[in-house]
Amino acid sequence: MSSEVTELTAADAAGRVRGGELSAAELFAAWRERAAGDSLNAYLWLADEAPGEIAVEGPLGGVPLAVKDLFCTEGIPSAAGSRILEGYRPPYTATVVERLTQAGAPTLGKTNMDEFAMGSSNENSGFGPVKNPWDESRVPGGSSGGSAAAVAAGLAPWAIGTDTGGSIRQPAALCGIVGLKPTYGACSRYGMIAFASSLDQAGPLTRDVTDCALLFGQMIGRDPRDSTSLAFPEELTLPTAERLDGLRFGVPPELSGEGIEPGVREVFDQTLARIEELGGQVVDVALPHSNEGISAYYLIAPAEASANLARFDGVRYGARAGDGDLLSMYEETREQGFGDEVKRRILIGTYALSSGYYDALYGRALRVRTKIAQDFRAAFERVDLIVTPTSPTVAFGLGERTDDPLAMYLSDFCTVPMPLAGIPAISIPGGMSEGLPVGVQLAGPAFSEGRILDAAFALETAIGFDGSAARDA
Amino acid sequence: MPEAVAERAYEPVIGLEIHVQLSTRTKMFCGCALSFGEEPNTRTCPVCLGLPGTLPVVNAEAVHYGLMIGMALGCEPASRSIFHRKNYFYPDLPKGYQVSQYDVPLARDGRLGDIRIHRVHLEEDAAKLVHAGASGRIHSAEASVVDFNRGGTPLVEIVTEPDVRSAAQAAKWLRLLRVTLRSLGVSDVNMDEGSLRCDANVSLRPAGQTTLGTKAELKNMNSFRFLERGIDAELARQEAILREGGSVVQETLHYDTRTGAISSLRSKEEAHDYRYFPEPDLVPVAPTEEMLERARRALPELPAERAERLERDFGLAPDAATLLAFRTELGDFFETTVQAGGENADARAIANWVTGELTANLGDADPGESKVEPAALARLVAMVADGAVAGSAAKEVLSALVAEGGDPERIVEKKGLGRADAGELSGIVERAMSEQADAVQKVREGNDKAIGAIMGVVMRETKGRADGGEVQRLIRERL
Amino acid sequence: MIDSEQVRYVARLARLRLSDEEVDRMTGELGSILDHIEKISALDLEGVEPTSHVVELENVLRPDEPHESLPRDVALAEAPDANETGFRVPSPGA
Ligand SMILES: [Mg+2]
Ligand SMILES: [Zn+2]
Repeated sequence: MSSEVTELTAADAAGRVRGGELSAAELFAAWRERAAGDSLNAYLWLADEAPGEIAVEGPLGGVPLAVKDLFCTEGIPSAAGSRILEGYRPPYTATVVERLTQAGAPTLGKTNMDEFAMGSSNENSGFGPVKNPWDESRVPGGSSGGSAAAVAAGLAPWAIGTDTGGSIRQPAALCGIVGLKPTYGACSRYGMIAFASSLDQAGPLTRDVTDCALLFGQMIGRDPRDSTSLAFPEELTLPTAERLDGLRFGVPPELSGEGIEPGVREVFDQTLARIEELGGQVVDVALPHSNEGISAYYLIAPAEASANLARFDGVRYGARAGDGDLLSMYEETREQGFGDEVKRRILIGTYALSSGYYDALYGRALRVRTKIAQDFRAAFERVDLIVTPTSPTVAFGLGERTDDPLAMYLSDFCTVPMPLAGIPAISIPGGMSEGLPVGVQLAGPAFSEGRILDAAFALETAIGFDGSAARDA
Repeated sequence: MPEAVAERAYEPVIGLEIHVQLSTRTKMFCGCALSFGEEPNTRTCPVCLGLPGTLPVVNAEAVHYGLMIGMALGCEPASRSIFHRKNYFYPDLPKGYQVSQYDVPLARDGRLGDIRIHRVHLEEDAAKLVHAGASGRIHSAEASVVDFNRGGTPLVEIVTEPDVRSAAQAAKWLRLLRVTLRSLGVSDVNMDEGSLRCDANVSLRPAGQTTLGTKAELKNMNSFRFLERGIDAELARQEAILREGGSVVQETLHYDTRTGAISSLRSKEEAHDYRYFPEPDLVPVAPTEEMLERARRALPELPAERAERLERDFGLAPDAATLLAFRTELGDFFETTVQAGGENADARAIANWVTGELTANLGDADPGESKVEPAALARLVAMVADGAVAGSAAKEVLSALVAEGGDPERIVEKKGLGRADAGELSGIVERAMSEQADAVQKVREGNDKAIGAIMGVVMRETKGRADGGEVQRLIRERL
Repeated sequence: MIDSEQVRYVARLARLRLSDEEVDRMTGELGSILDHIEKISALDLEGVEPTSHVVELENVLRPDEPHESLPRDVALAEAPDANETGFRVPSPGA
């Protein structure tokens, strides 16, 4: 029974619950049982049982949700994958989680992540790395690696994560699932523990595009508690497109040529061929400044992070260390509470903002950001969507890149330009290479999620990717 | 060289930085009600505690008050102003940064009185560190407790140009600023409660030079008296350094209001690299025409304007005009009294009575709340003018009005305070002269002062109902 | 590009205590990262406006209406060191 209902996509399960063929409590119990078998370290916390009240009549039909540890959940541990917040239980719940719960998706558990969402491999978690369900010797990607691994391994029907420079799309790609980074402002950031405020966005990680559209549709909307959130300008419906006729797909050489490993490039080329089979048109389009994306990103994000993480000082919450003197309280608490990657980024960000360096570093990065946004605007004059590989490589081995932070940063070059421009992008499985999934990324102008999901749906159907192997493991 | 230095005179160059707590209902970035001495940490929420994941949202009324202040100080409101993060660690700063404004403040380039305003910007107040140590003095405490009730209270920071040239001028100008802000109704502007706080950037330069000397920032002068004393003490300290041929270091100083001592605040917690950068959680404030119009309409007649008007329209002396304008309630009572007095009311006489006898009787109380009817005061002043009551008797009438109100004529009758006429007086004068025979003799011998003794008797007899001039005339007639 | 003294200075600003060994390691790592990042100093950005917000919103304001504040015990619940009224910290300068 349980194995059966957990094989259903979230949308199908929701349909059955709302149709009265399936009880939400049973569904929750079945997923709770699956999640309890987590051997990937994907979960940091699991609900003991179904919450008393599940909004089954909601569009999400009582299908349980895995929530990235970055989201604050009232009374439930929310540590952002950091030792400095170990055991912290917030007195309030993030807007996005609140909305999804009301729409019928009760929280099943909190998922593992790179500490404060800083990382592309999940090896920066304060609570141990997550394993990739396709090959447990490899990383699931990051920072939403726990959410991606949980969905790919069938430990959760669907999940939410956050994306700052690729933290939803890259783990989705490495785990063979669907991940959407929405337009900046589409989803409230209230209750999401901030990494880089001008880039962070919440988004869905799901088994397929339909689940993605269903979940996303309940996450969006203006929130009076987030000054940077906007009302989504159009009605979102579930995707139905079968063809791509009349759509122009731009391929930026900067993000699809040099640095992309052959196996990934092969899957990417097959995907381009599929696009044409479906009636889409594939053209080259230039994003001249996207190669500077990494530089701009690794100045702007750490600069904002250096301020966002200043509140972890051992005064109001979290751990405290030190010998009773104020300076040592600050320095010991943060020295012991933060991992190496977090310290590295705090140092870079503090340096980029410090007197004498602001103009040359942070100030220039903000101007590069303008250039990158202009590049996209120009590109979208010529094409409807931009298509690139999501990650230059398939999932790499645990520990393979841990002592080369720069190499780790550079591997984000396909995903950082979009958040810098605030535009949406999705990653869907395009195929396999070396027995590991390869992700393909579709990006569009701000608030073009409807178009992106439609195209992704048509492509997904044509590709017919089968992820069941990872779930059977 | 030191000799040469010693010859020189130095000119103080002082700029003021004023923090004003706004009297909105809620905090700057969250909906917590402002705190007025509530129990510690009972006015907090996830936002003003800086809990992970929380975000600020700007209080519309704080922007409105900020625009009013900017306009009242003659500033140009920015067409588009943004918030910045000012980064530093301190236990009273929950987020590790203060949300403030940096290169694009809400308003800039104004003037109040003789001092130019550099900028006016919005920011959030810090929380309160309550020191467990015996004295409240920061350095003697071992452990402290943080109370976040005050944290996030809306602040307007006003920065002047370095136009102030003396401690006295600083205090005088700060008073003008206070009454101006009070008239706007945007703050309690109470220095000992901390809703009005003033720091001073103090420096000296050789008289006649235009380049600025090194400034020291003087903090914690929580009263007008301490502001004046603190600046004077700092000027003296700097002058001593310069006369020795030494040089002033740029630093932040703490003025100990108890001992008057000045000590450096630079401690191991101090870091002066604030790493300002645009606050990504907030969007720009770009005052619309409606917002500006609403602020403009909310502006009352400002004290400085009123003082000018009172001088101009009523021919009052500057001091009287200023007092009436700065104490709004006195000014209002003055103007209604003049109206009640009709077209031939003597405004200057009324101003003298209001600022003199009336305030002497009422102290700080609002005459509008007193038993004295403006019409009654107008009448009394008129009676004095046409001689129906003598000055000293009129004062008695006023005290009666203050005590039980009513109508001056009736009081004069009831108490028999009407001016004594010639017939009644001559009798009293003759009796006084025979009583004071030797005084009369002295006057005849040319000692004119002696006449005072005779007059004294007359005045005592008439209980002040006699007119001094007339009494003298009557005495001289009889010499 | 960045030397160990700058790393120490920045670590102090950020209230991170680094051992000498960490300072050396970080100096090396930050050095190579910054060397790469500084490629942007080659770009001609003359007259290019900085982008600190990607949303074009203005005047997102909140009505001045009070909400419930937290009960004090809830506010203090997660504090590593609190007394009955507030958050205890070592005194500045003590
Ligand atoms: Mg200030
Ligand atoms: Zn609050």
